[in-house]
Amino acid sequence: MQIRAVDIFKNFTGSSARPALDGVSLDVGSGELVALLGPSGSGKTTLLRIIAGLDFPDRGSVYFGDEDASKKTVQERRVGFVFQNYALFKHLTVAENIAFGLEVRDRQTRPPKAEIRRRALELLDLVQLTGLEKRRPAQLSGGQRQRVALARALAGEPRGLLLDEPFGALDAKVRRDLRSWLREIHLRTGHTTTFVTHDQDEALELADRVAVLNHGHIEQVGSPDEIYDHPATPFVHGFIGEASALTVDLRAGNLFIGNHQLPLPGRSGRTGRGRLFVRPQDIVIGEGDANGIEAEIVAVRRAGATRRAEIVIPADAGRVEIDAPAAVNFRPGERIPIRFLRGTFFLDGEGAASSLC
Amino acid sequence: MSETLAEWETRPAKIAWAPKTFAITFSKSPVAGEGPVLASILVGVTLVFLLLFLVLPLAVVFYEAFANGFAVYWEALNAPDARSAIWLTLTVAAIAVPLNIVFGLAAAWAIAKFRFAGKSFLITLIDLPFSVSPVVAGLIYVLLFGAQGLFGPWLKAHDIEIIFAVPGIVLATIFVTFPFVARELIALMEDQGTGDEEVALSLGASGVATFFRVTLPNIKWALLYGVLLCNARAMGEFGAVSVVSGHIRGLTNTMPLHVEILYNEYNITAAFAVASLLALLALVTLVAKTLLETRFKDALPGKSRGH
Amino acid sequence: MSLAIRRQSILPGFGLTLGYTLVYLGVIVLLPLAVLVLRASSLGLAGLWDIATEPRILAALRTSFSLALAAAAINVIFGGIVAWVLARYDFPGRRLLDAAVDLPFALPTAVAGIALAAIYAPNGWIGALIAPLGWKIAYTPLGIVVALVFIGLPFIVRTVQPVILELEQDVEEASATLGAARMQTLVRVILPTLAPALLTGFALAFARGVGEYGSVIFIAGNLPFVSEIAPLLIIVKLEQFDYAGATAIATLMLAASFLILLTINLIQAWSRRRMGHV
Repeated sequence: MQIRAVDIFKNFTGSSARPALDGVSLDVGSGELVALLGPSGSGKTTLLRIIAGLDFPDRGSVYFGDEDASKKTVQERRVGFVFQNYALFKHLTVAENIAFGLEVRDRQTRPPKAEIRRRALELLDLVQLTGLEKRRPAQLSGGQRQRVALARALAGEPRGLLLDEPFGALDAKVRRDLRSWLREIHLRTGHTTTFVTHDQDEALELADRVAVLNHGHIEQVGSPDEIYDHPATPFVHGFIGEASALTVDLRAGNLFIGNHQLPLPGRSGRTGRGRLFVRPQDIVIGEGDANGIEAEIVAVRRAGATRRAEIVIPADAGRVEIDAPAAVNFRPGERIPIRFLRGTFFLDGEGAASSLC
Repeated sequence: MSETLAEWETRPAKIAWAPKTFAITFSKSPVAGEGPVLASILVGVTLVFLLLFLVLPLAVVFYEAFANGFAVYWEALNAPDARSAIWLTLTVAAIAVPLNIVFGLAAAWAIAKFRFAGKSFLITLIDLPFSVSPVVAGLIYVLLFGAQGLFGPWLKAHDIEIIFAVPGIVLATIFVTFPFVARELIALMEDQGTGDEEVALSLGASGVATFFRVTLPNIKWALLYGVLLCNARAMGEFGAVSVVSGHIRGLTNTMPLHVEILYNEYNITAAFAVASLLALLALVTLVAKTLLETRFKDALPGKSRGH
Repeated sequence: MSLAIRRQSILPGFGLTLGYTLVYLGVIVLLPLAVLVLRASSLGLAGLWDIATEPRILAALRTSFSLALAAAAINVIFGGIVAWVLARYDFPGRRLLDAAVDLPFALPTAVAGIALAAIYAPNGWIGALIAPLGWKIAYTPLGIVVALVFIGLPFIVRTVQPVILELEQDVEEASATLGAARMQTLVRVILPTLAPALLTGFALAFARGVGEYGSVIFIAGNLPFVSEIAPLLIIVKLEQFDYAGATAIATLMLAASFLILLTINLIQAWSRRRMGHV
């Protein structure tokens, strides 16, 4: 089932200061796994809650397939929702938790007792918790609780699965295990799935597509490759992966640091100040490189297998960090020519990127 | 998590789409609240119930007290028996409350600042008077000090009166107010631990100086809270005192007992006049208690977690 | 002995304060209670049984226990609703009512007694309203229930209210996303979560109600076999110098209090085990 949010606007405070969601639209294709990625306060959880029917937008609509779900209650929407802190029913056993959604159905649609039990055990199997059906949530580990929460959300054959920071409360190791496990479950069940995360690794590793949110806007929606390799806005570039931002000038389509022209193809005809985002792996030390820009090493740190150098680019452009093999012997104060293989330039006041190769 | 919290904090406590009712839910989620019909019923039931059981009783006390005008009210309070009852009540509280404060401080110091076996059993014993009927509380002192009591003959031989006299009233009052100060202080001081005191001692302060300059300032609001409750009960106790007092007018009648006597003599206005003073005491206690809870809730045990 | 089991601590005054605590506790609480138990044991179990089954005493015990039970049950329902509304709703005067819930703790019981009697007497504010219907509250067992509801109310509200405030909103939301209507969420999710607190409050109100004296005697009518409560009968027996009778009733009531205290502890242990918290 395709899930669409169209032009969602939501303001909690009532004052016009900064809406939580400011005209957000998102399509999640049938069977797709989409991540909502953004920093705290970007509105990603609000969007998820509005899709579920746990919050109501001031403007805008939510569609499940062709059906307008906006006026439907959360109960009628029949989505599976997994909460960050599990929200398990503490007084019920694991099996009773999973069966809850089926038990509360009215008499016509409620499966017989035996069928409910069979389904609960089957889901317990799916989330690899076979044999724990009689435990109570207090007797489970965090990872196990989150598995129960997922099984519970899946029990009612939901029309979509929504997960709010599903691994947020877990420690790093459990998080990584559950990540691949969730991917597997998604492959097996094929539910249209949206999950919220602030962890870019989680989003890039898990999702078919990633929607990056900031200040109530969607900055970019795309595959992990597109998001990482072709960030659409300065925010996305700064938020995803490591990057250094340098202040550069665009003069008639060519990029300059100070008076040094960068050997990168620019855009024709434009002039102005802007920022060039460069990832560490796209910076090379070009010894004897005539096109290189002279820069000064200010600090060197050993970082595992590599040596990381902090380098000041002249003309107040900024600083970059590069990784070099440990064998390379940098010294602070040394001046070296460096060159940028790739970068993304954003003209100030314009969101659109001009990728350079 | 942090995002959710930040958004919820700024969220207004109302449901945008629900029809307007006079009550709005605190629920931070539009789906985790009752519909307007059920909400109105719940709030309505609450208002009627509390009106019937809290507001009316309080109102009727003052209504009846002033039913025959202020002059009659004043006369009732000025009657010699009423004045001696007021005096006796103040005296009893002035003895019982300080004794329980000293006990509360000692018990809280021993229990909260040290670890020893049988601690939780000791706490249970301290709370015991709360679960004993006031009449039973009075009875046990009669069995101990009454004419037929364990020490009765000895007391009689030495011409010491406890039962049907002021000492019995004081003892019964101490019993029923026994746990108030101690339980507030124990709970708070267990939360606070021993860190502050250890610092003071390590800086060279004496034990006594540490108590007065470090511990006492840390617990003063909880102490006041406990004293308030202790005092209200001490001045208002009826059942236990009734058993040991002997109801001798002008001598062993406390205010609550005097209320009973006047009421049974069908001197309704006078009974409510004396009762109105006790009701006033209750109101002052409630206001002070509420102020403490809102102003200094972090300095009271277990109340710092409130939302 | 205290030195041997005491934790290493540099804080002074342990021996002094613990010693004082034990002496004071012993003199004020334990010794008098021990005398009661001693007196009762001199009656013997058979003697205790004979007194307890005297028709008037049996009737008084039955009155005290059954009406305290009824009042506690009423309080579980209405006190539960009051706690829910005070915790979850805002309306004009909410803070005032919230503070007023402690009134039965603060108001001397004798004052509460004459006030309730005045309201529910046949010529009182409410008594006059229902008198034409042929109903009578004051001077009947119903009046006792009214007084015990008043006395027990804060026990339920103040036990349940903090638990309601600690409820996690997302559990209710989870129930809704699973298709449960609000009423189903209330009955299947919230009520079971509040059950231990409601039970504890019930037990506290019941215990207080059984022993309550001051607020009851003015409104009860105190008719033997009908509206005479056990604490009053203790006083009646004392006035008749029937110390054995008074001791027997008191012992039974004391045993009941301990039983209730034990029950409360069991409820809380059960709740902790089941839910992983109090």
